[in-house]
Amino acid sequence: MIEDHLDIFIYRFLSVFARMRYSFTTLLNVEAIVKKVAVLSLLLLAMLALAIAPVVAQDNTLVIESWRNDDLTIWEDVIIPAFNAQYPDIPVVFSPSPPADYNGLLNSRLEAGTAGDLITCRPFDASLTLFQSGYLASLNDLSGMENFSDVAKSAWITDDSSDVFCVPMASVIHGFMYNADAFAALGLSEPTTEAEFYAVLDAIQADGTYAPLVLGTSDQWESATVGYQNIGPNYWGGEAGRLGLIDGTATYNEAGFLAAFEALAKWQPYLIDGYQALSYPDAQSAFTLGLGAIYPTGSWEISGFRANADFELGAFKPPTPEGADTCYISDHTDIALGMNANVPEAKRANAETFLQWMTTPEFAALYSNALPGFFTLSNHEITLDDPLAQEFLDWRGECESTIRSSYQILSRGEPNNETDLWLYNAQMLNGELTAQEAADAVQMGLATWYEPQMGS
Amino acid sequence: MTTPKKAFPTHIIVFLAPAVIIYTIFMIYPLVDSLRLSLYAPTPDNPRVEAFVGLANYQKLLTDPLWAPRLQGAIRNNFVFFIVHMLVQNPIGLLLATLLTSKVVRFRTIFRTLIFTPTILSFVLVGFIWQIILNPLWGIAGDILGLVGLDAEPWLGLESAALPVMSLISVWQFIGIPMMLFSAALLNLPDEIIEAARVDGATAWGVFWRVKFPLILPTVGIVGVLTFVGNFNAFDLVYTIAGGLAGPNFSTDLLGTFFYRTFFGFQLQAGNPTMGATIAGVMFLIILAGVVIYLFGWQRRIARVEY
Repeated sequence: MIEDHLDIFIYRFLSVFARMRYSFTTLLNVEAIVKKVAVLSLLLLAMLALAIAPVVAQDNTLVIESWRNDDLTIWEDVIIPAFNAQYPDIPVVFSPSPPADYNGLLNSRLEAGTAGDLITCRPFDASLTLFQSGYLASLNDLSGMENFSDVAKSAWITDDSSDVFCVPMASVIHGFMYNADAFAALGLSEPTTEAEFYAVLDAIQADGTYAPLVLGTSDQWESATVGYQNIGPNYWGGEAGRLGLIDGTATYNEAGFLAAFEALAKWQPYLIDGYQALSYPDAQSAFTLGLGAIYPTGSWEISGFRANADFELGAFKPPTPEGADTCYISDHTDIALGMNANVPEAKRANAETFLQWMTTPEFAALYSNALPGFFTLSNHEITLDDPLAQEFLDWRGECESTIRSSYQILSRGEPNNETDLWLYNAQMLNGELTAQEAADAVQMGLATWYEPQMGS
Repeated sequence: MTTPKKAFPTHIIVFLAPAVIIYTIFMIYPLVDSLRLSLYAPTPDNPRVEAFVGLANYQKLLTDPLWAPRLQGAIRNNFVFFIVHMLVQNPIGLLLATLLTSKVVRFRTIFRTLIFTPTILSFVLVGFIWQIILNPLWGIAGDILGLVGLDAEPWLGLESAALPVMSLISVWQFIGIPMMLFSAALLNLPDEIIEAARVDGATAWGVFWRVKFPLILPTVGIVGVLTFVGNFNAFDLVYTIAGGLAGPNFSTDLLGTFFYRTFFGFQLQAGNPTMGATIAGVMFLIILAGVVIYLFGWQRRIARVEY
C-alpha cells in the first residue's frame, strides 16, 4: 500500500511542477520558479552530500537504498542502533530517495555502479527486472530465509521459484475498520459471515445516522484494492485461486472470482451519498469525521485514523461466505531488502550479516512496532503495542494469507490486469455494469495477451 | 568595369540565428524526433532495442480493438471539450468584452481584473478548488442549489456529466483570455466610425452586429484557433481532477491524458514510449489540420480594414 499512497496522492500534488511546465498557457512565470527550486534543491543536495561524505567514505560502511524517506528517523534512531548493539563493527547508513524518483534513480545508480550495498525492493516486476539484469544478488543460501513462507517470498522470487533475491520486510493486511461508538450506539457487533455483514449494513441504513459503507469510486483504485481484493480471497480460496489464474485453470468470470464481483456489487446501495465523485482522501475524511460506520481498508490506515478520528476504532476481517470453514485474508507483500550483486568483496560478508539479522524475531518486532500497520512477513511470533494493529496481525493465525490476484505476472501485458480491475470494479460500483459484465470484461482483457488464459 | 560583387548578407543570418537556433533545438528537433520515434517499436527479444516498423504503430492505434476505442473516445471527448469552449467561453467572452468596453458600465477595470484572475491560477489550484466546491458531501454547490430547491449530484463521478462539468470549469478559468483579446480589438476601433453609424441612426444592436463585429472578425478567428490549439493540447485540468485514468470510465479522457498514460505508464502498467509518440503524432496531425483550415479557409479570406 505504500505504493498506492505515495504514487497516487503525493504524486498527484507533488507533480505540480511537472504539470506546470506542461502548460504553455499558464501566465505565471513558473519556469523561473521551477528553476529556482531546482537550483536550491541541488545546492541542498550538494551540502547534504558534503555532510554525509565523511560517513560514506569509511570503507566498510553499508549503505541502504530506499524510497521510504518517511522512515528515516525510525532507521536512524531505532533499527540501526539495535543492529549496532549486536554488531558494533558494521557501520550502516540509511540513504533514502524520494518515492516517485526511486526506481529511476536506483536504476541509474546501479548502471553507473554507484548504488548502495543493500537495496530496498519494490514488489514483483520492478525488482525481478533488477535481478534478471544482474543487479540483485540471489539470496537462496542466506540462512534465515526459512523463516518466510512462500506467500511472503512470492513478490521477490523468479517466476519458476528458483531464485529468491530479497528478504521480505513487511506487508499490509486488508480488512474493515469501523466506528465502534456507532456500533455501540446501534447495538451492533462485528460481523463474521456475509449474511451478518449485510444484516449490520441494513441496520445502519435503517437507522440513518451513519452512511453504512464509506468508499468513493472516483480514484478507481479503491474499488479494486480495498473492495475486490479485500473480500475476494474468501470467494476464490486464497492462494489456490490466485495461482489458478496464473496457470490458466481459473478465470475471472467463473466460480470464486465471479462470486467476488457479485459480492462487491451488493455494496452499491450501502455506499455513502455521492460516492461516485468521492476520492480516497475524501472517504478518509468522511470516515474520520464520523459520517460513516464502516470503512473497507487495510492496515496502512491505522496510524492515520488513530491521529484523526475522535471515536473508538474497531476492525473486523473480511466476512466469509455461506458455508465456508476457512477464512482468507489479503496479506499483501509490499517491501523487502536485497543485496547489490556488485557489492565490494570486503563488504559482502557484512551485508549478508545485516540481511540475516533482518530475518530474526528482534528485527521483526522492532520494525512492526515502529510502523503500526506494516507487518513483518516472517513466521516469528511477535506482539505489537497497538491493539488494532495486533488485531490485524492476529488474523494471520486465524486465516490463510494470500496476495492481490493481479500483482504477480498478470500485470505485465496490455491491457494491464490491475488497471482493468480498477476500471471495471469502479464502473460496477457506479452501477454502469453488472457483476457478470465486469467479470467478463476483466477476463477478456487478460485473455487477449496472457497465454495460459487465451481462448478461455 | 564590373560592378563589385554584392557582399554576402551576413546580417540576415545574424538576425535570424537566435530565433532559428532556439526554435530548432527546443521545438523542431523534439517534434521531428517524436515523429521518428512513432515509427519504431521495441523488439520482442530485447525491449530496450527499438526497430523501425513503418506505420505499424499508427495502424495499431487506429484498428486494434484495445487502442482504437480509446483513441476514438479521446478524440470525441476532445471535440466535446472544444465545442463547449467555442459555444460558451468565446460568446460569453465577447459579451463581457463588449460590456467592459462600453463607457456606461462602471468599475470596468475591477471587473476585468476579477474575471481575468483565474487565468493566472495554476490548474492544480483550480482543479482542487472546484473539486471541493462540487464535493457531494461538503461542497458549497449543494448548499447553493438547495436555496433554489435543487439537489447537487456527484457530477464529477457521473459518466454523463463529468466531461461537460470539467469543460465548464476550464471555461471558468480561461474566459479572461477571449475577453481580453476581444476588448483589445474593440478598443482599437476608431470612434469616428461608430459615431458615424450612430449619426446615421443605427441602434446599439445594429452598431454591434453591422459595424463592430465585422471589424473584429480577424480577432474572432485568432480566438477560435487559440481555443482549438489549447483544447487539443489540454491535459492538466483532467489529470488534476480525474487522474491518469481520466475516469469515470474514460469519460473525461482527452488526447493529452491518453498520451500521458501511454507514454509514462500508469500504476503497474509500464510506459510505452513508441505508442505514446504515435498518439503525439496523431495530436500533431489534428492540430496541424485545424491550423491549416484556419489559415487557408479563414485568415486569407476575410477582409481587413485599415483605419
